[in-house]
Amino acid sequence: MAEKKSLGKEFSKGILAENPVLRLVLGTCPTLATSTSVQSALGMGLAASIVLVCSNIAISALRKIIPEKVRIPAYIVIIASFVTIVQMLVKAFAPELDEQLGVYLPLIVVNCIILGRAEAFASKNPVLASAVDGLGMGVGFTTALFLMSSVREILGAGSFLGMSIPFLSQNPVLIFILPPGGFFVFGILMAVVNRFAEKKGKPRAELRGCEACPMAQTCKLNSCEKTEEKAEVSA
Amino acid sequence: MEMTKGLLSILLTAILTQNFVLSKFLGICPFLGVSKKLNTAAGMSAAVIFVMALATAVTYPINTLLVKFDLEYLQTIVFILVIAALVQLVEIILKKYIPSLYQALGIYLPLITTNCAVLGVVILNIDNGYGFAQSMFNSVGAGLGFMLAMVMFAGVRERLESCDIPKFLKGLPITLVAASLVSVSFLGFTGIVENIFG
Repeated sequence: MAEKKSLGKEFSKGILAENPVLRLVLGTCPTLATSTSVQSALGMGLAASIVLVCSNIAISALRKIIPEKVRIPAYIVIIASFVTIVQMLVKAFAPELDEQLGVYLPLIVVNCIILGRAEAFASKNPVLASAVDGLGMGVGFTTALFLMSSVREILGAGSFLGMSIPFLSQNPVLIFILPPGGFFVFGILMAVVNRFAEKKGKPRAELRGCEACPMAQTCKLNSCEKTEEKAEVSA
Repeated sequence: MEMTKGLLSILLTAILTQNFVLSKFLGICPFLGVSKKLNTAAGMSAAVIFVMALATAVTYPINTLLVKFDLEYLQTIVFILVIAALVQLVEIILKKYIPSLYQALGIYLPLITTNCAVLGVVILNIDNGYGFAQSMFNSVGAGLGFMLAMVMFAGVRERLESCDIPKFLKGLPITLVAASLVSVSFLGFTGIVENIFG
């Protein structure tokens, strides 16, 4: 059936073709910040996925009720509510994870992936498709985080999920779990992904100004390039 | 004296050792997106400093109220709404009354609403249990640190433009590797604040 097939597509596009981190370059802040260990990366991925699926469902269900003009604030309130719920759950049942994620847990609110999916997908599609889309994007986000954090934890701390690896744990390359290592691993990962994408004839991942930015339509500037132009004129 | 010392050490920590962009990874989007040219980088960061200071000044009393009524769990929702409304309000006021400032900062304001650095600094102030003066110094310091990183990195990127870079490192990957090197230089500040004020 056509619908079933398209649901599968909605799910898988988030993991490969439209991976939010590696292809769309969204949500870079939590990716860099929480990938110091596999455990915190998986925790972050899971928390963000839960918020993503729930907010996609809620926004899609309310898409005909929310007036066009106030939709962004409405989305933000919905997302913030789910983030608060997740925050309370994590605090109650996984206090260790809460400590690891720290300020980045409440900051899921401003994760561009979530608002971006709300604006680009959930506001236009039925509930089931939106839920599947959210799940796919969540899995894609978690996969990217897992890749990043595996490299960083294995090289930087000589362990994987807390289990130490014989040779590496005596000679950890500390810089990989320090901030510069985050930028470096992310850069190399992007280069590798670009290489594969190019082989398949797909466009390489670039920071896309306003196309990717969820604020694009509320933003009166229409495009970030315009911002730069305007800035040049005023300067 | 003791107090000024404390405030200054908070300011310096926020600018150098705990730089928002390079060691806390907050505000990466504008850092990578708007740092192609020096003047846009400076304008954007000036707007960020302004909004950070304002947001802290406004959310501090609100947080006191929330704590008083035992509503701390509403912090995330309330803060993001307050910041979003505040940015809109500032934009309107600047446009009407101080057009020259609006010319300089206004165009960046819509980009800041969902900037994680602003919400981040507000939440960090509360997590650290800072008082009002400490919060303000931390916010301004975080903003200045953001500006320092942006302006430095804009310089680096202008140079990158004219370099011969391997094909698949071009664009975003090399920008990230460059950011990594700038971040290494900031690691050198570790311990400097303790040495000055310790």
